[in-house]
Amino acid sequence: MSEMKIVSGNFAAAYGAKLSRVEVVAAYPITPQTEVVEKIAELVAEGEMDSEYIKVESEHSAMAACIAASNAGARAYTASSAHGLALMHELLIWASGARLPVVMTNINRAMGPPWSVWADHHDTLAQKGTGQLQFFCESNQEVLDSVIMAYKICEDEDIMLPAMVVEDAFILSHTKEPVEIYDQELVDEFLPSYDPDYKLDVDQPLGFGSLGMPDWYMDFRYKIAEAFEKAPDKIMEVNKEFEEVFGRDPGGLIEEYKTDGVDVLIVTMGSISSTSKDVIDELREEGHNVGLARLRTFRPFPVEEFRKLTKGVNVVGVMDRSYTFGHGGDAAREIKDALYGHRDVILKDYIVGLGGRDLTPKILKNVMLDAISLQDKGLDKEIEWVDLKINQERWRR
Amino acid sequence: MKTLSEEEVFRIVIDPKDHRDLPRAVITDCPSHLMTKTGSWRTLRPIVDLEECIKCGICWKFCPDVSIEVKEEGAVVDYDYCKGCGICAKECPVDAIDMKKEADYV
Amino acid sequence: MAKVPEMELMNKGTTACPGCGAAHAMRYMLKALGKKTMINIPACCWAVIPGVYPSRNLEIPLLYTAFETTGASSSGVRAALNAKGIDPREITVVGFAGDGGTADIGIQALSGCLERGTDTIQVMYDNEAYMNTGIQRSGETPYGAWTTTTPVGSQKAWKKNPKKNMMEVVNAHGIPYAATVSIGHPESMIEKIQKAKDIPGPKFIHIYAPCPTGWRSDPSNTIELCKLAVDSCVFPLYEIEDGKYNIYKKPKNKIPVKDYLKLQGRFRHLPEEEVEMIQENVDKEWELLLKKEEFTND
Repeated sequence: MSEMKIVSGNFAAAYGAKLSRVEVVAAYPITPQTEVVEKIAELVAEGEMDSEYIKVESEHSAMAACIAASNAGARAYTASSAHGLALMHELLIWASGARLPVVMTNINRAMGPPWSVWADHHDTLAQKGTGQLQFFCESNQEVLDSVIMAYKICEDEDIMLPAMVVEDAFILSHTKEPVEIYDQELVDEFLPSYDPDYKLDVDQPLGFGSLGMPDWYMDFRYKIAEAFEKAPDKIMEVNKEFEEVFGRDPGGLIEEYKTDGVDVLIVTMGSISSTSKDVIDELREEGHNVGLARLRTFRPFPVEEFRKLTKGVNVVGVMDRSYTFGHGGDAAREIKDALYGHRDVILKDYIVGLGGRDLTPKILKNVMLDAISLQDKGLDKEIEWVDLKINQERWRR
Repeated sequence: MKTLSEEEVFRIVIDPKDHRDLPRAVITDCPSHLMTKTGSWRTLRPIVDLEECIKCGICWKFCPDVSIEVKEEGAVVDYDYCKGCGICAKECPVDAIDMKKEADYV
Repeated sequence: MAKVPEMELMNKGTTACPGCGAAHAMRYMLKALGKKTMINIPACCWAVIPGVYPSRNLEIPLLYTAFETTGASSSGVRAALNAKGIDPREITVVGFAGDGGTADIGIQALSGCLERGTDTIQVMYDNEAYMNTGIQRSGETPYGAWTTTTPVGSQKAWKKNPKKNMMEVVNAHGIPYAATVSIGHPESMIEKIQKAKDIPGPKFIHIYAPCPTGWRSDPSNTIELCKLAVDSCVFPLYEIEDGKYNIYKKPKNKIPVKDYLKLQGRFRHLPEEEVEMIQENVDKEWELLLKKEEFTND
């Protein structure tokens, strides 16, 4: 029987791994991911989760162990955050090149120095080039749903790529919300056991990961590109199936919130989407023709969907909880890239909430009003850092 | 596990034409001796005096390239793979193996 | 002592250098372990020796991994096999790495793997430098050796630090079995590896594997060097079983270290007094090892 529990995002991730019947977990603790691994350790110790839990001595070893386990034919899972994710960097790329469906949860946290444990998307987005699928969650329910869905998407023979399901530090990881913990049998119907075509097997001795000369390396990489091309359709296909089986829509590639015929489109990722939706409602009541696109799948980037969504839109206001120095906010840049040659919109990049800087409804409303005002005054600046000490008054009034 | 026909194995494993013939990741299955004939590396070649050879097997034991074995007649070198390192000649207890210049034999 | 088994699990046509000690190491190890073995190999000579895509030369499944991950990868493979209900005594999991991937960049993963008791044999084939990247010094490079990062030059910059004692490091983890073996003594090497295979838990094998390219020795001397290393006590052959030391080959006539050094170009710059110092240290270490053997068997 499925049951409703009031759980944190971390517990939701642990339950997602449990329901996905992961066979090997290898993880190293880091704030604020610690409850994920503690919960898993507890579930294993109580005999409620039938997994081998490797208590590795670093995050680098965590992903290495998951890669090895996956190559040996086991469904593998890990979780990390910020510096731990950064430490795994080499192996995030390796898992992709090795075409292994390792799924991990990352708790979005700011990178130091200064040391910070609070919500920020830089850690995940600094890894956007590693060939992993990336899913940004808005709620604890979505975290649980996305872990299960990720295995289904990634283990498809057309995909066979690793994925990270990400949730904001403390806002989701430690805050408790009602989450439906599905019936195991229902999940088993949706997600069959992992059965790869090739794996370490003493009866069929193969080599996995040898040297590739220039005459073949590029062709192997092209196959990964092809898999990523197929990914958006596969994500939507699995999303639809998930909705049919479990009765809820995790969000697919982009969640569209009151976007029909809008003049101004606001784009958010992660937990600020919830508050933002309330503000959108308020603004619409005040007569503004504004809607919200919650960017859920960052990799593969939903290029086609953005092109469709921005038809007839005048202004796109993107809220980035990360910033690539010397370049710009990550989501804004990718959207601009998608729209180039297709849409002529005013696009403004709002850098918000870094290092857990709180985003109140007031601040969010001021950001959206600013975007709305661009329709008349035109683009004033491409990138706006919101709620720095120097401009706090303007954004908090 | 996927099973391939013999023709598929040859085409995909040993002689892939383009990326469609590649496995999804760099998975290798072609036995090395079909691909790399290291005999061409030699500058010295071991010559076995079959009359001196006592078939003790020490040369076979110490060859790093699995390129010498004891047959009916004595120790026989596989010149397709032997790299000419000279360990067999060095370790032979009865000095039945001499290292000669490869150039004299090709 | 048993004969060397006939079965070959390593094919010919490898890209190993002529006279390569690492090739011997793999060949004998696989003869000891048999077909029911899974091996993970990080970046090292053996990542290249099986050849380029699509070549493979082992008759057992081989997982190539990133450099630092040997121990962690072995833990991952073993966990997967456990999850599938396969008994550890049925399939051996081997982490096979050079001295870099075991004692330097790989030491963290090795330590973690041993400490959490993974059922695996962690093997270091020791050619005493980072050979695959072109002979740079490692923690296992012996005192006095030339390498590309300890070149001699006018400043006499040969390696001044002693060889890291990995047997002591692994013993500190309280593992059930560790042994040094030599490719010049294949019968005992095979025996020790077979012994390790049957013991549950984490085991460690330190293989002495000369590299003619890096040691500047004649390829034909690879096996001879092993005999000299053991007979001069530069590389003693011993086991540590549950903390008890057992020197399983004591040289009948201990030969001087200079007989060992003179076959290797990497030592030819050493003046007389350095060689004497090396001899003193070898003698000291040997005496200490004899004492350890006595002390732990009381």
